[in-house]
Amino acid sequence: MSQLIKLNDNVASIAENEWTVVQLPPSLVEARKQAGKVVLFKLTGEQTVSEEQISGTVIPESGKVIVPLSVFIACKAQLQARINAGEIGVWLDTHEVLADLAEHQSDLNQLPIIAVHVERFADGRIFSLGLLLRTRYSFKNELRAIGDVLRDQLFFLKRSGFDSYLIRADRNAEEAMLSLNDFSAPYQGAVDETRPAFVRYNRVA
Amino acid sequence: MYKYDEIDQRLVDERVAQYRDQTRRYLAGELSEEEFRPLRLQNGLYIQRLAPMLRIAVPYGMLSSKQLHKLADIAHSYDHSYGHFSTRQNLQLNWPKLEDVPDILAELASVEMHAIQTSGNCIRNITTDQFAGVAPDEIIDPRAMAEVMRQWSTFHPEFALLPRKFKIAVSGTKDDRAVVQMHDIGMEFYLDNHNKVAIKVWVGGGLGRTPILGAVIREHLEWQHALTYCEAIVRVYNLHGRRDNSYKARIKILVKALGIDEFRSQVEAEWAHLKDAPNTITEAELARVAKHFEAMPYANLPAHDASFDAAIVSNPVFANWAKRSLHAHKTSGYRAVTLSLKPHGKAPGDATSEQMHVVADLAEQYSFGELRVSHEQNLILADVKLSDLFAVWEKARVYGLATPNIGLLTDIICCPGGDFCSLANAKSIPIAQAIQMQFDNLDYLHDIGDIELNISGCMNACGHHHIGHIGILGVDKDGSEWYQVSIGGSQGNNASIGSVIGPSFSADEMPAVVQKLIDVYIKERTPEELFIDTVRRLGVAPFKAYVYAQDEVTA
Ligand code: SF4
Repeated sequence: MSQLIKLNDNVASIAENEWTVVQLPPSLVEARKQAGKVVLFKLTGEQTVSEEQISGTVIPESGKVIVPLSVFIACKAQLQARINAGEIGVWLDTHEVLADLAEHQSDLNQLPIIAVHVERFADGRIFSLGLLLRTRYSFKNELRAIGDVLRDQLFFLKRSGFDSYLIRADRNAEEAMLSLNDFSAPYQGAVDETRPAFVRYNRVA
Repeated sequence: MYKYDEIDQRLVDERVAQYRDQTRRYLAGELSEEEFRPLRLQNGLYIQRLAPMLRIAVPYGMLSSKQLHKLADIAHSYDHSYGHFSTRQNLQLNWPKLEDVPDILAELASVEMHAIQTSGNCIRNITTDQFAGVAPDEIIDPRAMAEVMRQWSTFHPEFALLPRKFKIAVSGTKDDRAVVQMHDIGMEFYLDNHNKVAIKVWVGGGLGRTPILGAVIREHLEWQHALTYCEAIVRVYNLHGRRDNSYKARIKILVKALGIDEFRSQVEAEWAHLKDAPNTITEAELARVAKHFEAMPYANLPAHDASFDAAIVSNPVFANWAKRSLHAHKTSGYRAVTLSLKPHGKAPGDATSEQMHVVADLAEQYSFGELRVSHEQNLILADVKLSDLFAVWEKARVYGLATPNIGLLTDIICCPGGDFCSLANAKSIPIAQAIQMQFDNLDYLHDIGDIELNISGCMNACGHHHIGHIGILGVDKDGSEWYQVSIGGSQGNNASIGSVIGPSFSADEMPAVVQKLIDVYIKERTPEELFIDTVRRLGVAPFKAYVYAQDEVTA
């Protein structure tokens, strides 16, 4: 059975996964890098993507594929025809920088899908990235969470603008779907409902 | 105080259902230990040394009589008939069963309470001054804003899994009693030049392994923007705070790494997009919430009460208690009362179910059915008539709630430490008890005067040892328990972080070490000088010399 949950008009269902995620080959060097451009001089232990990894990445010749951000940036020229055909999506890791994507792809809505890969479910950067993609970068197409995606984070992912969730292979996606509706009247405005409770409801003291 | 409407109630009810299912899945093996961990933590459930520990949220320290009765009943039914009030103004149960927690939450929900975000890497309970709303030096009652912020931070989707815990304090007084400079975000409310409510925002303070006072990120923020501005701060932190090393993951490390100016410019850049977004607080919402914190229906009373004055004159024991336990009140004829949870030789901050019922009854009878928890781990009746104080004292006394040591050496702030906490390096409660017994003489305690002694069982600093005038920290040396002593720390507007006096001590030595510190103070003080001021005037050297010199003689 498919592990993919998709949200359409706030209705969740299990959906066929049309997209193949292109992986980077494993890195051979224990490279460390700074967390993006924003935080200077700070070792975070995040792996940087090497030239060898980028050149060693195998992109299937046809079909819908989601390529790593670094590969997308490096190979954009070659991919342009497929981008125009709507066959290319991009995925990024939680430590990667959205500005890098925007710099190389001024109209994000040319991409039918963006995925954010979360290595450990407890990494909450994914929520800020989703929110920024939706609000700051006005991304309107499918926004997918991939990686260590588990039931108990789905409600937050939904509120942060994700509308598709690839549940970790060893978990039951059907059951996970239930948690999208854990709370029916959240307090604060977020992506899915921008108005906070005090605007949505007539709350009287 | 704030009363739930349908929206609030629905949320805590749905929370109970959610957590019940999470617990079920964990017990059924559908959730791994690692996966369940952040879920139970966000619900205040730790796995401790002896049993799980459940931390129940007491938002900004406010409780109703009804709630305290319920807490007493819960402690009785699900625990060993006592609870521990923490330095975060919350209540901790030390012995609940993991499988009982969903039922405990359901009981809590029935009195508009919960355990949401009382631990874990998320925005924690928002704390404030225990005298909010009644303090004469108050400029703005911060509780309405604290409640607005509580709601905003509850299950905030973007900030559900931060690099590390995140603590916010708010204050609205001239004399800061909420320790805003020690928080990840501190908000100080004041009236600006146009007589409008504004906020001075501090960021990056915190205790723990790297104690640091917060820096001012904004001198003037209009109150409407409190939530969006916090969102900008927490977003920068969420994206760029370290996640590879939990000791370096607090916002203070990020602020320090970037420098406050760079951090500020990143926050301001973020806020430029967020300002005036829908989370901007409306006049109507603030007014709605503030209604719940309107002044109590006080009686019109003269500033003096003859029966009270007479009791003070005729009863020295009552007078002693009154001297330490009563606090000035905005309203003529009223006082705020601190009930001490620090009887000598007991674990600081602990209250039995019986004591909780007694305090709840006292609040019901004499203080409009409300009470507060202080970060000094005592309970406060905020609105007692002068003429009722004697009756309050008599009853409190019978139940061990009237030790006249508020603000004195034995009013120790103390974390649960090695007796309960699995992170501890050393026990803290027995040290507190030993010190209390060493100084078990009220006249002497009063002579020593105002002093704060804080104890933490490890670097995490739940006992706020860095800001104790005397701070004691449990350390681990080759597997045995030792104690490092610092002096000169302080909370309040003039906050400072204590300096370590030298090599650490064994548990046995601790009462004598504190005694020696006090001896130096007594010898050196000028009339009217408090311990902290003597330390500030003389520095650490004379204290250190005496403590360690004596050591060599006896060795
Ligand atoms: S300071 Fe350390 S020992 Fe004490 S409660 Fe906190 S974590 Fe536990």
